[in-house]
Amino acid sequence: MSKTNNKWIGERTIRPDGADKVTGRASFAADTTMPGMVWGSVLRSPHPHANIVNIDTTKAASLPGVKAIVTSKDIVDFPLDTPAPLGIQDMRWMTRNIMAREKVLFHGHPVAAVAATSEEIATEACKLIEVTYEILPWVIELEEAIKPEAPILHNTIEFEGKPSNIAGTLEHKKGDVDAGFLKADTVIERSFTTRPVHQGYIEPHACLVSVAADGKATIWSSSQGQFMVRAMTSMLTGIQQSDIRAIPAEIGGGFGGKTIVYLEPIATVLAQKSGHPVKMVMSREDVMRATGPTSGSMSKVKIGAKKDGTIISVQGTFYLQAGCLPGSPIRGAAGCAFAPYNIPNVHSQGYDVVSNRSKVAAYRAPGAPIGAYAVESVLDEIAEAVGIDPLELRLKNAAREGTKTAHGPVYPRIGFAETLEAAIEHPHNKVTLGNFQGRGVASGFWFNAGGESSAQVNITEDGNVVVTTGHPDVGGSRASIANITAELLGIDYQRVSVLIGDTATIGYSNLTGGSRVLFASGIAVTNSTEKVIKTLRERAAIIWDIDPDAVIWEEGEARPAGPNAGMFEPLKLEELADRATETGGPIGAGAQLNTTGAEGGFATHMCDVEVDIELGIVRILRYTSFQDVGRAVHPSYVEGQMQGGVAQGIGWALNEEYIYNKDGIVDNPGFLDYRMPVCSDLPMLDTVMIEVPNPKHPQGVRGVGEVPLVPPLAAIRNAIYNALGIRFYSLPMSPPVVLEALEISQAAE
Amino acid sequence: MAKMHVSTNINGEPEEFLCEPNETMLDVLRDRLNLTGSKEGCGSGDCGACSIMLDDTLVCSCLMLGAEAEGANIKTIEGMADGLTLHPLQQKFLETAALQCGICTPGMLVAAKALLDENPEPTETEVRFWLAGNLCRCTGYDKIVRAVLDTAEEIRGKAQ
Repeated sequence: MSKTNNKWIGERTIRPDGADKVTGRASFAADTTMPGMVWGSVLRSPHPHANIVNIDTTKAASLPGVKAIVTSKDIVDFPLDTPAPLGIQDMRWMTRNIMAREKVLFHGHPVAAVAATSEEIATEACKLIEVTYEILPWVIELEEAIKPEAPILHNTIEFEGKPSNIAGTLEHKKGDVDAGFLKADTVIERSFTTRPVHQGYIEPHACLVSVAADGKATIWSSSQGQFMVRAMTSMLTGIQQSDIRAIPAEIGGGFGGKTIVYLEPIATVLAQKSGHPVKMVMSREDVMRATGPTSGSMSKVKIGAKKDGTIISVQGTFYLQAGCLPGSPIRGAAGCAFAPYNIPNVHSQGYDVVSNRSKVAAYRAPGAPIGAYAVESVLDEIAEAVGIDPLELRLKNAAREGTKTAHGPVYPRIGFAETLEAAIEHPHNKVTLGNFQGRGVASGFWFNAGGESSAQVNITEDGNVVVTTGHPDVGGSRASIANITAELLGIDYQRVSVLIGDTATIGYSNLTGGSRVLFASGIAVTNSTEKVIKTLRERAAIIWDIDPDAVIWEEGEARPAGPNAGMFEPLKLEELADRATETGGPIGAGAQLNTTGAEGGFATHMCDVEVDIELGIVRILRYTSFQDVGRAVHPSYVEGQMQGGVAQGIGWALNEEYIYNKDGIVDNPGFLDYRMPVCSDLPMLDTVMIEVPNPKHPQGVRGVGEVPLVPPLAAIRNAIYNALGIRFYSLPMSPPVVLEALEISQAAE
Repeated sequence: MAKMHVSTNINGEPEEFLCEPNETMLDVLRDRLNLTGSKEGCGSGDCGACSIMLDDTLVCSCLMLGAEAEGANIKTIEGMADGLTLHPLQQKFLETAALQCGICTPGMLVAAKALLDENPEPTETEVRFWLAGNLCRCTGYDKIVRAVLDTAEEIRGKAQ
């Protein structure tokens, strides 16, 4: 990489936060301490469903070392009958999620919390809290929860006029599906299930909260949004937002799971009541029992195609587990499922179903992998039925510029067809496969998001640059921001420092989520940097005593626009910074924007598997993902998003699931039994970045982080069919499931 | 319980501390010695984020008692660089984007260094099985494995 080449977009620069992260110096949520700090611990429900009759904290309070106790009485209530939206969340559910109110809704649900001088004393005190429960019938599984006789979790929730566990619905319609199916030559309808899976971030949730004598709170925590932490903590504690400073720690993975709070409001109230700073750190078991996961699902998908492979009509029904409180990602499942294709007749429905499990949180393209799994699996069967290569079938029906989607938008220029063409031509597609080996493909779509983003670009007195943005950096966004700023200013990227501001030092910025960060902050940083460049031209104009319009900015310096502007020696950024005081003062600019035009992301994946027919283990032999990435501002971190999404998809498809015992309790709340992919499970994960710039972004950026998790489930499922001739309709396709299917298939022969 | 007095050596410096008999080495490092580079991802030895060297053995410090450090030589991520000069593995991780969030990185680097110290010419398969005890949820391991293989080659090249 050339350090003198001033073209930084597309360069694999070293991330600004890198040196601290490879030396152990980076400060994550659990790494911060304060003098006088005490520890918080949470008492969790031993039952999956029970009314809370009484909570007696007397004994716990008298244990030496205990400083404060919190129950739901100390947290702001949001009555069940009045919606209280905050973004896509509802504070009615959030207050009940962080601390059970009327009843406990899952095993592990917080019931009370204690602050004490040590973690051990806090934990011991939790055991002394006496809670009287009235145990209720409970329901864990989706198919049970929607039966008429199922125990009802919330009497205020009704469906079709009756109390129900179906808490919400969503529908997308285009054309007339019934008429469409009549015109089809081949119609295939299949049902599928998937299991809830956890985001699996390695860093457990943690926070440190200090409440000062004037009532002002400072929160250090790991989240995907310091402004979300501030807003939710404010609403749940009653402290006004200007009195809360939320400082984003480095975040040890989130994948959507850290877009809501669990600990911060509790620690804040404990800090208020105890007069001490309070630190809280979840155990891995707490994380597995009481945070995330994403939904399990039950889907039915029907696809009708003409003889030539033209898809004419599709219908999808997606039931998603919300966990104990409403809010599953039905929009992602029902909205994204058919979105890669140009189909005249579409009917897609989603149902949000509550049951006695931990409330789901966002997970990388929430809901979309569930929808795509079903649709891309049926497409594989359609391709076989009509006798067309599965990639050619997708290409024939691919959405393109101008396609009107069932979920609303008309696409601008998109690169979906290019992902399919690249897959068809790729050497991977030509590798010969052996016995028990198979190849599968699948595609996927994710909406992507824009929204609020703030940035500040300041020129230092010595002529370098400090950029502050407001989105926590989960995977290298600071490096990309440095590339963009260096490119616009025409200076070496090493002269640009990029920081993530806290809620007191940068303007409101929405969550790191929806693959929005580089899209939105790229716009805010570009806008700010362009203002800075305008100022720099004006300062040069003052020095030269000419019109600012006669000054251009090129290669890091102000130059006269042409011979008519005058013969002046160019003024470098350093010189203009040095003379800033005499020309008008400090140089810097900010922007606070609501960004639009994110536009969707498309990907096609190709996967080769080999099945160990003795053990039932499915091994991934090779994997290539093809994605329209818009513009790869920092190619390494784009590839990293693609590879990371694939690895999570492989885990979801092959192994990951919660195992509940007969008492409604998760039996595998740890990394040993909740089996995420380890290094030896995977091959190299090849990536093909296709750059079809987003016409609505100054650098052409499309979100890239989430769509990589959309195609893998079906790609792997289709590959297993190609290897074994067995089609699976449920996840995970774990060794015992595969072995059983092999036995049934052998018995049938 | 009376606290135990432990004399040990950490990253080349003599160190003494008091700890509870049941206190893990990870808690000692993080809470008593302010060496927070070792991370707790699970507390059960499954994720490897707390990897350290106990003499010449790679261990999960969450599975080791602080008292076991008596008389030992401990190496943590904080001792991997030579002052401000990064170890070749650290430098390669930066150059090849072998980290995203960075929470597994300290443990991954400690484990990778242990591998290269023992086996300077590992195959891809050997790297993958050696690092199978270090979970990473961000990268899919691709860039990590490449970084370790590239570093091994680089170190061998310099040695020749």
